[in-house]
Amino acid sequence: MMKPITELIKDLADQYGRNRHNLLPILQGVVEQEKYLSEYSMIEIARELDLPAAEVFGTATFYSFLEYKKMGRNIIRICKTITCSMKGENQVLLAIQEMLKIGVGETTPDGNFTLLQTNCLGFCHKAPAMLINNDVYNELTPEKVREILSIYLNKKREEVANDN
Amino acid sequence: MTTNYQLKRADFIFKSENDWEEILSKNISRPPQELINELISSELKGRGGAGFPTGLKWKVCAEAVNDIKYVICNADEGEPGTFKDREILSKVPFKVLTAIAICGHVTGAKEGYIYLRGEYFFLQQELNKAISEFEYYCKEINFDFTIRIFMGSGAYICGEETALFESMEGKRGEPRNKPPFPSTSGYMGKPTVINNVETLAHTYTIFKYGSKRFYDLGVQYSRGSKLFSVSGDTPKPGIYELELGMSLADFVDEFGDDDTKAVQVGGASGFLVPRKKFNETNIGFQGKLTGISLPTGGSMMLFNSSRSMYNVLDNYLKFFAEESCGQCTPCRVGCQQLMRGIKAIKRGEKNAQYLDKLLKLTETMQYTAKCGLGQSVANSFSSIVENFREEMIY
Repeated sequence: MMKPITELIKDLADQYGRNRHNLLPILQGVVEQEKYLSEYSMIEIARELDLPAAEVFGTATFYSFLEYKKMGRNIIRICKTITCSMKGENQVLLAIQEMLKIGVGETTPDGNFTLLQTNCLGFCHKAPAMLINNDVYNELTPEKVREILSIYLNKKREEVANDN
Repeated sequence: MTTNYQLKRADFIFKSENDWEEILSKNISRPPQELINELISSELKGRGGAGFPTGLKWKVCAEAVNDIKYVICNADEGEPGTFKDREILSKVPFKVLTAIAICGHVTGAKEGYIYLRGEYFFLQQELNKAISEFEYYCKEINFDFTIRIFMGSGAYICGEETALFESMEGKRGEPRNKPPFPSTSGYMGKPTVINNVETLAHTYTIFKYGSKRFYDLGVQYSRGSKLFSVSGDTPKPGIYELELGMSLADFVDEFGDDDTKAVQVGGASGFLVPRKKFNETNIGFQGKLTGISLPTGGSMMLFNSSRSMYNVLDNYLKFFAEESCGQCTPCRVGCQQLMRGIKAIKRGEKNAQYLDKLLKLTETMQYTAKCGLGQSVANSFSSIVENFREEMIY
């Protein structure tokens, strides 16, 4: 269940503590639910931890996995570092773009997917690799990535059907 | 030139960890000095890439006077081409946990942390299960020690030890000036031992079999075995444990595809070695009497003749420009300028001599950048440009 953001931040602060060194786990906790840190949540975190909001913003924006722009429910991060790039990352990326009709850095209009590129995921021996949220997919081909995305798309359709 | 050293497989790291309870209880009843001596005589050096003697690290931290100390396992494995630490943490986690706890006994630390990179979030659940079981046993034998996972959030620079401390303290991962070194002033300003995952796993081997067994592997200055992450143009990509000191020629014989043009040793921050230098290059730490010796965190990326070295360098530079923390000017601006520079030469906007200016710039970065990231850009840049100059221009 999604918690209201202020309640979530309070719970995270209760869980981890309200010191500066507890900031990262709290930011990560918000991103886990919300997929990104809105200006509002960063200000709330600052208030909860009694820190200047600029410090929270400065820290959050340093980390590539702490997004501060609105993201889709599923974040695709495809590795573009050397081995993945050599082993066909671009063909896989094109297949994703074609299927979802979005470019890198964009979100589908229904808010289901955001497509990003990332640096070395540590799966060079099974390149090319990508993350969807926290799950790894490797040894990708355009065919394989279309199958993987279909599973996510079907999941979405089932949810919509259930809601109706 | 003939090679004097053959490729030797070793099998310690992934050997069964079923005896971890025995190794832990036996070693925490040994005097710390004895354990430090064991590590020093094994000549184990850090396996993350920098190669600092592990025994010395533990010794300095043990001698530091402070009520609070920390042991941190660096699992922020972000160097392009390495993936061995994940394998260790998923296959033999108890070896790493045991080593962290033994280090706690040696140094007097009561808290251990594993800084796990955000990309490896999927390991967290299993690892936490192992930690619970581990801590349960510690309580049983009345050994007061806790281990927690601290998650990273996608920043290569946080693998640099002082940037990692900053990150754990809730700040931007910007490296600190050294000294002070972590052994006297690390996480929260307290004496801290910070070791790579693989280094800790090797200490398990040493405490289990004694230092001699480890010392007998490898060659002078480069003792023991090491995990190598092999990727790129190779018929058998994967993780291999090999004795240190082999020549690159032997390595390529085993892992190449008969068309190997160059090998990147040590990831993007390491060196590119062209075919003509395979024979004279050894894999190990500096100090070998003959030939060139290249240290490595274990990343070995092979390129065959279908690869353009311009594209390889361009990919590395983009990586560095994105991962630079931006704190110091030589690195922040340097990486950007190198990236633009090689593009301008390729397009003919700058003449070929401009490459020499860029080489000078990397030299400046090597001297003036604050941390290893900015300093090491020169390694891959100069080794690629000097050996494949024509590919940069045409």
